[in-house]
Amino acid sequence: MNLDVWLPLLIVASSLVPGLVIFFLKEDSHGTRTFLNLAGAAGKLVLVGVMIWGVFHQHNYETRWTLAPGLDLVLRADTLSVLFVTLSTVLWLVTTVYAIGYLEKSPHRSRFFGFFSLCVSATIGLALAGNLFTFVIFYELLTLATYPLVAHRGTPEALRGARIYLTYTLGGGALLLVGTVWLHVIAGPTAFVEGGVLGQLPVEYHGQLKAIFLLLLIGLGVKAALVPLHGWLPQAMVAPAPVSALLHAVAVVKAGAFGIVRVVYDVYGVNFADQLGLLAVLGVAAAITIVYGSLKALFQDNLKKRLAYSTVSQVSYIAMGTAILGPIGTIGGIVHLVHQGIMKITLFFAAGNYAETLGIHKVSEMNGVGQRMPATTLAFTIAALGMIGIPPIAGFVSKWYLGLGAIEAGMAEWVIPVLIISSLLNAAYFLPVLYRAWFCRPAPAWPAEHIPAARYETAGALLWPPVVTAGLALAAGLFAAAPYSPLEWADLIAQREYQL
Amino acid sequence: MSDTLIWLFALPLTGAVATLLLPRQATALANVTAVATTAVAATLLHAVSRQGTLSYEIGGWSAGLGIALRADGLSTLLLMMTALVVLASSVYASAYFSKAAERARFWPLWLLLWTALNALLLSGDLFNLYVTLELLGLSAVALASLGGKLAAVQAALRYLLVGLLGSMMFLAGVSLVYAGYGTLDLSTLAHTVEAGPLAWTALALMTAGLLLKTALFPLHFWLPPAHASAPAPVSAVLSALVVKAAFYLVLRLWLDVFADLLTPAAARLLGVMGAAAILWGSWRALRTERLKLLAAYSTVAQLGYLFLFFPILLAMPPGPARDAALGGLVILALTHGFAKAGLFLAIGIIQQRCGHDRICELDGTAQRLPATTFAIALGGVALIGLPPSGAFLGKWQLIGGAFATGQWLWVLVIIAGSLLAAAYIFRVLGHAFGNRAYPQSTVTVAREEWPALVLTGTAVIGLGLAGAPVWQLLGSNA
Repeated sequence: MNLDVWLPLLIVASSLVPGLVIFFLKEDSHGTRTFLNLAGAAGKLVLVGVMIWGVFHQHNYETRWTLAPGLDLVLRADTLSVLFVTLSTVLWLVTTVYAIGYLEKSPHRSRFFGFFSLCVSATIGLALAGNLFTFVIFYELLTLATYPLVAHRGTPEALRGARIYLTYTLGGGALLLVGTVWLHVIAGPTAFVEGGVLGQLPVEYHGQLKAIFLLLLIGLGVKAALVPLHGWLPQAMVAPAPVSALLHAVAVVKAGAFGIVRVVYDVYGVNFADQLGLLAVLGVAAAITIVYGSLKALFQDNLKKRLAYSTVSQVSYIAMGTAILGPIGTIGGIVHLVHQGIMKITLFFAAGNYAETLGIHKVSEMNGVGQRMPATTLAFTIAALGMIGIPPIAGFVSKWYLGLGAIEAGMAEWVIPVLIISSLLNAAYFLPVLYRAWFCRPAPAWPAEHIPAARYETAGALLWPPVVTAGLALAAGLFAAAPYSPLEWADLIAQREYQL
Repeated sequence: MSDTLIWLFALPLTGAVATLLLPRQATALANVTAVATTAVAATLLHAVSRQGTLSYEIGGWSAGLGIALRADGLSTLLLMMTALVVLASSVYASAYFSKAAERARFWPLWLLLWTALNALLLSGDLFNLYVTLELLGLSAVALASLGGKLAAVQAALRYLLVGLLGSMMFLAGVSLVYAGYGTLDLSTLAHTVEAGPLAWTALALMTAGLLLKTALFPLHFWLPPAHASAPAPVSAVLSALVVKAAFYLVLRLWLDVFADLLTPAAARLLGVMGAAAILWGSWRALRTERLKLLAAYSTVAQLGYLFLFFPILLAMPPGPARDAALGGLVILALTHGFAKAGLFLAIGIIQQRCGHDRICELDGTAQRLPATTFAIALGGVALIGLPPSGAFLGKWQLIGGAFATGQWLWVLVIIAGSLLAAAYIFRVLGHAFGNRAYPQSTVTVAREEWPALVLTGTAVIGLGLAGAPVWQLLGSNA
């Protein structure tokens, strides 16, 4: 068996196959389901380890399968896909543990974990997609796999949230499809190539290429929650906490942002996109989203909603980094893909813990929660400070590179103010939460205490995931210069993109 | 090798007679027939993919006098789909009909319908096509009336009249062709027809008759009641196969036989009717109260997509791009066949378990039958045209063809239709969530749920991921 050909497929299959088996398990076969989940996640981690090593040493991993004449399903590993695959794999493992702790007593578990695995498989497939056609396939699969997760609870609010989610994402998916087919008619199979491929097309196509870019940007912007296409995201937070965590950190929102990065760097090519004036469009959309999301977050009392608007804002840092021409800005955007993921997943885990343990759903109920749940609150604090951009946590590194990149690209006069305003707003909506949690006196009784304090402040499977991811967020900032750190890897990506 | 062609309709015909004579053993006999015929179809598929078009003259009489059979890539693919759909529906029907009397009436007609379908797909001349078309229509009407209720009989009666009218128009066209050219053999005709009032009138008459039978908007009015009031396995075959047979003839006539006399305006007319079918059918499917009607209106819409290919195919010069588009058309038709059959089977399970198919009252049922709901979801994915279904590849080619030939307007219709399809499918699926009741296992009624799952799974995964041979088979035509 030739590993170079099979490895990408195996990485996708390591979650897809367990997921399909799980659908047909009986509800109470708890042990088998947990084993399949964890074995799939651990196996994927090992395979991804092999891939990281291989890509670093210029190995070429590619699975290719012809679906129709001229249309190949291609799974290929390059530096950018490896970054996203690693992020998804690590966070999937952690989220699986969390979801087992969170959901194992509720109904429809086989359905939940089945779709949960499909969702991750779609994300991994999208990360490894070697051309735009393959990307679109997995992008739509992701929509399908997440719908049942958002609707999982079956309450009217859940169904409404799921319906809104579906309306936005299928609409966006349709535009993405039209743009992709159109591009395919003009330019043939659009493989992802570092540096882009469309620059060679004759000038008379430039008008069409601009229109196609807008179609692709709107299609991807729906999932990436660019304003004004973000409306589904705050509604989708009715989903169970592990789903929200996955949606906001790795799966859906990230898929949109990752797609924008792919289209700009590996389809159009960043220099060509700049030449067509497309980076400016992207930059303006990102800037508006960053400020608007932060402003909305300020006024949410519901904790998960506040986090959702924070995601709207933070994910657009990735788009912002993409819009900044030059390797430093690129590094800032791409490294934020990872940093935002580990910080945001921590925040959602913690929010889920408050809700599951004490019945806390609102910021105004969080007084003194730090005394009752110190470890969870510490994790929340680290991630929140990271989001604001306080050194040495991961978020600081992203913002530093974005700022530096903007100066280098001569865009400082409007990017720097956006970064400053956004950071101030980040502080304005996170610091009061932290203040309440640590320094206010708790109310006489918690809203609904489900899990009494025993050896740990809450169930072990709920406690460890946020602690681990908070540790990762801290480590990504502290050891940013270490080999194989997200920053170093983003640096490698930028070098290959700009052929430095 | 070529005598496999005879077996394809001799086997089901023998089966039909046997089930008529031995009603007690009918179910077993029918299932054996189904397995055997499917095996023959698979052999044929293998043979055609290696040797190209096969033909056979019954009794050694040459075309013009005797009956000539012909199997090229297109007809072989449709024969294979027919076999798989009928086989799965037969397994399903064995559990679906609980009374012996029902079964005794059902199986002979069922196998007769299959005989007619296979014979139609294998026929190479217009008169045989007329005969098989008539046989197909009559057995379909008889099956549709098996529901036994007044509504079913009324719908079947209307179905009969429409079918007869369609056949008459087809026959009138056939007579004109015979009067003008003295032959009915399709491959001979392809060389001899020339543009002129006679050919145009003949083509117009035959096309109109076939459009009536394939229920293209605005000639679709008879389809929803007929398909919605028939027993579930019958609805499956009517929607998946019977309307496709008439469509197959339109395709043959327009692209093979009369290709030289077609004008862009005629193709555009078919396209406009197709577009109207997509929008109207999808809209009605979205507004309807009943699940079976939803599936029936969705058939009206899905046939529209097939007709949208005509203006695009005719605007393309022969070459790889046109071959790719033609493959898209065929894979869309195949996907719809599998998906719609599976969908009707799944709806039948729901109808039997709770005695109704009102969408707004589905909550408990959809949650008690996860595998059935899953089959509906898979079928829905194919109807919307989402990846990885075969319909995704088909719509990709359709949209690509529209861009390549500068007919942008069709793209809007395709997208609008797909979004409407998503709306009506997810309106149903929303009922699957909630904690009303949930079973221990996913599959609860295996004999009926597996056929539905296999059919919809074939539409989504089989044709989507392993659909490339479709293009190869069509390419080996020439």
